[in-house]
Amino acid sequence: MFDWLQNFADWLIYTIFHIGADTHLGVALNFFVYDTIKILFLLFVIVFLMGIVNAYFPIDKLKNYLASNKLFGLEYLFASIFGAITPFCSCSSVPLFIGFVRGGIPLGVTFSFLITSPLVNEVAVAMFLGMFGIKATLVYAISGILLGTIGGWFLGKMKLEHLLSDWVKTLLANDQLKAETYEEEKITFRQRLPEINRSAWEIVRGVVLYVIIGIAIGAAMHGYVPENFFAQYLGSGAWWTVPLAVILAVPMYANAAGIVPVIQVFVAKGVPIGTAISFMMATVGLSLPEATLLKKVMSMKLIGIFFGTVALFIILSGFLFNIVL
Amino acid sequence: MLDIKILGPGCPKCKTTYNNTIEAVKQLGIEAIVTKVEDIMEIMKYNVLSTPVLMINEVAKFKGRTADVSEIKKLLSNLETC
Repeated sequence: MFDWLQNFADWLIYTIFHIGADTHLGVALNFFVYDTIKILFLLFVIVFLMGIVNAYFPIDKLKNYLASNKLFGLEYLFASIFGAITPFCSCSSVPLFIGFVRGGIPLGVTFSFLITSPLVNEVAVAMFLGMFGIKATLVYAISGILLGTIGGWFLGKMKLEHLLSDWVKTLLANDQLKAETYEEEKITFRQRLPEINRSAWEIVRGVVLYVIIGIAIGAAMHGYVPENFFAQYLGSGAWWTVPLAVILAVPMYANAAGIVPVIQVFVAKGVPIGTAISFMMATVGLSLPEATLLKKVMSMKLIGIFFGTVALFIILSGFLFNIVL
Repeated sequence: MLDIKILGPGCPKCKTTYNNTIEAVKQLGIEAIVTKVEDIMEIMKYNVLSTPVLMINEVAKFKGRTADVSEIKKLLSNLETC
């Protein structure tokens, strides 16, 4: 699918710039040009498709469905899948959280949604698809959904309702909702398309710098770091690489798009893929900005339990990948 | 006098919607009070799941997406005629 792009990168670097294919610099530059264009292309396509889904996603109906049906445990899985397909905006997480709980959805099910929503998001999926291929992306997405399902169920079992912020508890106890009046005019797909297109560009523009920096660092490392460099130190035998990767990943929120190209080089040079997936999940799934937002609705203790549980499950799944893959 | 509210905890999308609304009101030259509601406790008094929300006279018109200037203008001028 991307042969034409490889030909273009070869032509640009080796023919136009006269940088030899046998030099480190030539290989690194070729890698940089090829990857940047490919990633930005994939990123736009996926963000655009998710924009269409977002425009039509009946989030209110979903809420009512989850609240009114007995699903025998499947509600955790559903909430998690919905979390994956709804595009994530960290500033919507608090309204969603309260809206779900107020609508009668159990706290655990709400957590399933809240875990998966940032974990499996369009930017992460596009970056993964571009750098690791379809198989690793599927493993990432499916395990992210399962992690949200199990994590939410586990948190639900812990009965944490009393750890919500006081004002949320008051809100839930005597709910005085202002009368719901919502009348959006029906507009056609054709009318919506320009707006979807524009917001896709906005998202891509927002991460393009991180992508380029990430790929540049990746390209530089690709040409200069010796083969199996990391394998010598962090081979699959070193179990502690997974927890270490998770801890290192938490402060890296803003650079999620830039981190995948660097991880890809780490994997190419011998870091186990499970460790890499754990790192990625912790980067997007456990972020300090999200914790700050959640502080408005949860006590610090609840945020601690929430993040601790998610981190634990990410570490466990990292071990599992390193054994299975 | 129209009462226009933009509900949103301060994300880029909410700011875009706010600015677009101001611009639309200015271009149409209508009288309106545009308020940005950023306090989450205030926002949650409404049945809001995704932000930003554009409300005109306490009626939600857009939820969870940005609207551009021309779209808001269309909405506002439709309101005035009826």
